Amino acid sequence: MAEGVKPRVKAPSKAAAGEAVVLKTLISHQMESGQRKNADGTPIPRSIINRFTCEFNGTSVIDIQMEPAISTNPYFEFEAVIPEAGDLKFTWYDDDGSVYEDTKSVAIG
Amino acid sequence: MKFKAMTAVAALLLSVPAMTLADPDEDSLAINGELDMVTETAAPAHLSDALDTIYSGWRFREDETQALQMDDFDNPGMVFADLGLDQWNKVEGEAGKSCASCHGTPEESMKGVRAVYPKWNETAGEVRTLAMQINGCRTENMKAEPYKYTSGQMTNMEALISVQSRGMPVDVVIDGPVQATWEAGKEIYYTRFGQLELSCANCHEDNYGNMIRADHLSQGQINGFPTYRLKNAKLNQVHARFKGCIRDTRAHTFEAGSPEFVALELYVASRGNGLSVEGPSVRN
Amino acid sequence: MDFTRRDTLALGMGAVALTVLPFRANAAADDAIAAFTGGAAMADAGVTLTAPEIAENGNTVPISVEAEGAVSIMVLAAGNPTPGVATFTFGEMSGAHSASTRIRLAGTQDVIAIAKMADGSFAKASSNVKVTIGGCGG
Repeated sequence: MAEGVKPRVKAPSKAAAGEAVVLKTLISHQMESGQRKNADGTPIPRSIINRFTCEFNGTSVIDIQMEPAISTNPYFEFEAVIPEAGDLKFTWYDDDGSVYEDTKSVAIG
Repeated sequence: MKFKAMTAVAALLLSVPAMTLADPDEDSLAINGELDMVTETAAPAHLSDALDTIYSGWRFREDETQALQMDDFDNPGMVFADLGLDQWNKVEGEAGKSCASCHGTPEESMKGVRAVYPKWNETAGEVRTLAMQINGCRTENMKAEPYKYTSGQMTNMEALISVQSRGMPVDVVIDGPVQATWEAGKEIYYTRFGQLELSCANCHEDNYGNMIRADHLSQGQINGFPTYRLKNAKLNQVHARFKGCIRDTRAHTFEAGSPEFVALELYVASRGNGLSVEGPSVRN
Repeated sequence: MDFTRRDTLALGMGAVALTVLPFRANAAADDAIAAFTGGAAMADAGVTLTAPEIAENGNTVPISVEAEGAVSIMVLAAGNPTPGVATFTFGEMSGAHSASTRIRLAGTQDVIAIAKMADGSFAKASSNVKVTIGGCGG
């Protein structure tokens, strides 16, 4: 696992049934593009988060395929429909095989 | 020599867009729509012969960059304050302590701290920056290894501590035991460095609001440090920023944590007395 | 050979003609588009791409895309060393079919968004972003 990787998620704790809510996510990650060279001219190998997914109670909200052109500390903002109480699950997939997860519960009210 | 330096400055300051961008903009900064920040105020008395008004660097940025600091979720610097909180609670060193062992929660114990640093430390008999004080705690009280001065761990901790003072006015003391250091910092601020023979004042006092190539020069205020820069996508420590500035005058720079930069930080911080603490801010 | 004034003028006109040729993404971007659309025609309306006209730093450029009824939206930066940026695939629980992110642009260039609609059609939008170079680089 890459060092200092920490996810942040902003989701409402409550929503009206059927409401579309705005979700924001950010994860600290270098997103090494593979285009850079170090001081002695050796290329620095690519090491990025290549996929991000969000699910609500197991059903897909969004699935994002990520390329090296996504900035360091990847940020996403998108919407989910909340038909019932349940859990939003956020998952980031690293090139090195690591998987980072976060979950937010949403109540109806 | 003076003529040569003026030519260098003139060459750097291509004046094409200067007519439209000659001033800070009129935007106002409220974090999360509720925490109002002072981004413009009367210059402190010690600056009265040089400036009438001081402005936060936020006012010199484009709307898209400004927006990143207006919401704590959009501000990428805040994730590093979160990492700082993990460090705060982590026991390290031979004394078996964490920051929390002595200081409890940062919300309670660190409120107002960032606003008054650098400041005099009576026990140590020296002016200490916030970074020096953090390392002082680590080595003296925790018996742990100090953080490297401009490291990610240091800026994470500085961000965590700064957040507790956001919106409070910068209020560093400039007289009494710190006066000699403050004078030394002022001397550095007005000294021309490097092949380009530029002092801090040439850009940030004489030419703020003008364009330096495609960049809108600010007053070089440091109330927003540590600062998340879009350029390198990380939190930047203020001494690392000083180093970058002096390097770009094509000079040998001082080291982070050196007495020269401690003095300069005290002096530059005092030029922002009255602006709100913004750290972690977002800049280009 | 010596250039006469007229020759030089003609060369200049030729250069102008070259620069006003219709916009074409680079070969890699063309390949990515072909792989995504299977060579299908793309409508000019139906997808919205929001990007700044001038980016203060190319390392972190905020963009957003929206396409009602889209299954997925692919974003490309035609002037980057590799043009791929991201592909957003909207699931059953998606609200508005929109997304925002922050991207890297190696220089001034066109950012392209292509939406694949539920009916199998495609729509395209592009936006030119000018990337400025900072002041002294400090």
